[in-house]
Amino acid sequence: MEHYNMNLKLKVWRQKNAEAKGKFETFEVENISSEMSFLEMFDVLNERLVNEGKDPVAFDHDCREGICGSCSMYVNGKAHGPWEKNTVCQLHMRAFKDGDTIVVEPWRSVAFPVIKDLVVDRTAFDRIIQAGGYVSVNTGNAVDANALPIEKQKADESFFAASCIGCGACVAACPNGAAMLFVSAKVSQLALLPQGEPERKTRVLNMVTQMDKEGFGNCTNIYECEAVCPKGISVSNIARMNREYFGAGTTAE
Amino acid sequence: MGLTGFFLITFLIVHCTLNSMIFFDLYDPNDNGQTFNHWAHLFGTNFFIRAMEYGLFVGLLLHIVQGLILWSQNKNARPIKYKVSKYREGKWYSRSMGLLGTLILLFLILHLYHFWTPSRFGGMAGIHKLQETTLVDYNNQQVHDLYAEMKIVFQYPGAVIVYALGVFALAWHLLHGFQSAFQTFGINHKKYTPLIKGLGVFYTVVICTLFALMPIAIYLKWIN
Repeated sequence: MEHYNMNLKLKVWRQKNAEAKGKFETFEVENISSEMSFLEMFDVLNERLVNEGKDPVAFDHDCREGICGSCSMYVNGKAHGPWEKNTVCQLHMRAFKDGDTIVVEPWRSVAFPVIKDLVVDRTAFDRIIQAGGYVSVNTGNAVDANALPIEKQKADESFFAASCIGCGACVAACPNGAAMLFVSAKVSQLALLPQGEPERKTRVLNMVTQMDKEGFGNCTNIYECEAVCPKGISVSNIARMNREYFGAGTTAE
Repeated sequence: MGLTGFFLITFLIVHCTLNSMIFFDLYDPNDNGQTFNHWAHLFGTNFFIRAMEYGLFVGLLLHIVQGLILWSQNKNARPIKYKVSKYREGKWYSRSMGLLGTLILLFLILHLYHFWTPSRFGGMAGIHKLQETTLVDYNNQQVHDLYAEMKIVFQYPGAVIVYALGVFALAWHLLHGFQSAFQTFGINHKKYTPLIKGLGVFYTVVICTLFALMPIAIYLKWIN
């Protein structure tokens, strides 16, 4: 694809801190290369803002390789932008053309309060993991991996669920602000393996309880989460979590 | 939501099957709604069906209450809305179940006023009765002439349009609800989920086409 430069108009959500009332601010950026990533475009803008003595736009980022789940921008009405199965750090400027106006918003959820500008607090996810996303391991010698046969299909499904990077795009894109895709992936990856068996019932009950406590919405099976997930986590995990929940809810003491 | 939804889906099968008896007139022009009235009477006097009628109202009420709880909790989950919001997969009807449900409820109030209250409580406390020939003698039994009531209601084009719109809202509601109920119950399978989704579309099309054809057929005098 041929390289080109573009001038863009950005409408970015600016908010000083969690308590402040935010608003959109418009920036013009010039000579943006089509080969830049979306975050690099923000780097160019921020460098200019710093040179002008202004406050740069705060945004979350870490690996910039689409694997850490740090970046979180709602670009032109879509979580992580226009490309499918993609994180916003891996979104490249060739997705846009000269003269485009791009609206950039933070994840919107009562459980993800804005810290500053485009940065949101996603520790609600950490608390859900703490509530049950672990396995008990006895101390002593490490058990031989081959001593515990695991059905290939289950191992694959577990691995697939474990590929969730916890970015929160599912919550951001869900019209209900539900976190079911994330929680179900974290429940599934352990529920499918024998190592997850000891805490199987308490895990799903505790994690769902914590999810509700955080204020996330309820799933009404719209499946938008699956469509925006950078890792393509399947909603079949939600069905599995529902099965686990019914099972645990009716048999746990 | 799924459980009450399933219950209401089952009810619609019974309701639609029974009402489709009016089309027997196409097969036998001398039928004049006799088959329908006969079966309606049989169902209306059956103890199990009458007991289920209470269950139906409880189910419907629960379905509405659950829907309202979902709506309010989900509204609170996102206090600040997006300025721009586009959807990749989420269908408009899946996102508008509350609106579609409200339209169906409004339709139901009119529908119950047309047929259910006169049939159950006609004449009591000023509730309007089924037409003058309330009781018709068929095969030595006195039955309510619901067929005549249908002919009265559906002679007005306005009523036909409102009923068609009610069924239209129901169709979109079912299109989401049928497959969604299975997912809620944890039934999601590589092989069977596409089958369930197909069955949902089939169910919706059959039930809603039959329901929509009833007022239209009577208004256009396809059946008499």
